Amino acid sequence: MNKNNLILYIGILIFGLAAPFVFPAFKVQLSILCILIVLATTWNIQGGEMGYNTFGNILFYGLGMYLCASVQVGMFFPLAEWTESGGEKTFVHTPAQFFQGMAMGLVVAAVVPTIVAGLIGYAILGLRGHYFAICTLGLGVAAGEISGGIEIIGAGQGFTTPPFPNVGGLEARGEFFYFLSFLVLILTFIAVKAIYSTRFKLILNAIRDNEDKAEAMGIETMKYKIIGWMISAFFCGLAGGIMGGLVGYIDSTDVAFDGREMGVFMVLMAILGGKGTLWGPVIGATIFHVFKEGFWTFFLGWQYVALGVLIVVIVIYFPEGLMGWLREKYPERFGEVVDEADRKAQVEIK
Amino acid sequence: MDFLVFQYPMITLQACLDGILLGVLFALIAYGMALQWGVMNIINIAQGDLVILGGYIAYFMYLYGIHPAWGVIVAPVIMYFVGIAIYKLVINKVVDRDLFISILATFGISILFMQLMNFAFGADVVLANSGYGTTMLFDNNVVLPNSKIFSAFISIVFAICLVIYMKKSKLGRAIRATAQNARAAKILGVDTEKVYAATFGINAALCGVAGALISITFTIHPYMGLPYTIRSFMIVIVAGLGNLPGVAMSGMGLGVFEEFADYILGTEFRIGSVFLLLVLILVYRRFKLSRKREYLK
Repeated sequence: MNKNNLILYIGILIFGLAAPFVFPAFKVQLSILCILIVLATTWNIQGGEMGYNTFGNILFYGLGMYLCASVQVGMFFPLAEWTESGGEKTFVHTPAQFFQGMAMGLVVAAVVPTIVAGLIGYAILGLRGHYFAICTLGLGVAAGEISGGIEIIGAGQGFTTPPFPNVGGLEARGEFFYFLSFLVLILTFIAVKAIYSTRFKLILNAIRDNEDKAEAMGIETMKYKIIGWMISAFFCGLAGGIMGGLVGYIDSTDVAFDGREMGVFMVLMAILGGKGTLWGPVIGATIFHVFKEGFWTFFLGWQYVALGVLIVVIVIYFPEGLMGWLREKYPERFGEVVDEADRKAQVEIK
Repeated sequence: MDFLVFQYPMITLQACLDGILLGVLFALIAYGMALQWGVMNIINIAQGDLVILGGYIAYFMYLYGIHPAWGVIVAPVIMYFVGIAIYKLVINKVVDRDLFISILATFGISILFMQLMNFAFGADVVLANSGYGTTMLFDNNVVLPNSKIFSAFISIVFAICLVIYMKKSKLGRAIRATAQNARAAKILGVDTEKVYAATFGINAALCGVAGALISITFTIHPYMGLPYTIRSFMIVIVAGLGNLPGVAMSGMGLGVFEEFADYILGTEFRIGSVFLLLVLILVYRRFKLSRKREYLK
């Protein structure tokens, strides 16, 4: 790691730690931003590095959300009575119970989706291209429809997550969730950066570029694809668990398995920033979140129209994303050796 | 979950007949999807939303006092031009690109249509009442609405017309040639750009017919598009491209499956079961294909 990078990382860390105190009104938005970056970065492991364009990571996100809230409630109170209307008013978590439940819930929310990803991955990661994309789209929607029919987790009327206990003043809730999501963001980033510097990333890239050849070279592609998906599922589950607590209310199709919003957002953010890069999803998520919040605030009601247009425009005109555009413009910065004569020749051909 | 339905043969028969009449409609939508998939290599996620839009055209005719059955004439004409417009604005930029790009782009169109329809027509579940009455069969044990029989009949008529058109007309020949080999067709003087536009238009028109029929027989709602897309995708991958009897058979099979899922699992799991069936079919297909690959080893 060279000196410039170190300064950059320390700068971001300091900004991240100071942000809730500098911008106290934006704590919730900053927490959502952290979650979005986690989702975009983990999507990038599949979509960018591995070439498997999934709409199904939303499955792990929603699963994590439901599991975390269920464990948090179920550890101390009967879950069925809680999810019946008004249950959250009958039972009250003490602070110790709330934090214990949250910790336990996050562990479950991370581990179970990882196992699920391993099992499902074995079944569907053999599909290629658009079959995989549509299959994962179906999985996400099916999960939403089915969880909307299960009584014990609230069925169609939703699931109210435990309210934050009355400790540490008015600001405590926002700060707690902000630092939790920031911690997950840092963990995700470190993990992904560590992965990207190993042979594992090269194998994923080989799968993306030509899976049959990678197999012929003796790589057990299935194993690596499943491991890649399990890593994504782990962090998506964590992100979902935190988001559930942050939003305070879980609905099957509008919050948890929201393929129409969150499921597409993570794809869009990664593509906007530039898929297949470490920083692309981070930048893409930041730009996207700022744009989205601006639009949601000033043009309420038209946000889905804007979203549809945005998807079409991004996909048609910026399929390589911001990082791809920068790479084309300043290839030296990305460690690509460019011959000056070569570049001139290219310009002339154009 | 209860399997009582199998102990009453009349209810079983009712479910089967309902499913078959419904499946014919699915097959019509799926045929449009197979057409554009085969010719342009594009999977249109907005397929279902085109269906719903066609349904709203018929619904509005009903509101203004025209019998909604005329919608099967008017809706395809309007939808044809909507399809051409979508092609000119978006699809022609993604035809030759990566398949995922076209999936995402049409996903964007789908979201856009969904919301625009929500603004324009409201978020209520609506249906156009055709006033056709019902037919009683087998001592009044099986009840079939005439509108369902009408819609199945019209779907079959449109499908047959389309098949004849594809076989005999000049444009139909050009479409089939482009599906076989776009480059060779271009060399031999087929204007592939025009063929693509016409294909997308025909697909949208088929969706319009199906939508008008759905608004007569069932209900429509702005957000109900995606299940139709998934159904038609499923039918196409089961039947294969360009296999019309296969499309019809698997469409009816899906319809019957849905009716039984409705009875056995309950209505709230109906859509979920469709999506799960898609996943199961794809997984089955993957294991079948991987066994084939092992023979090669």
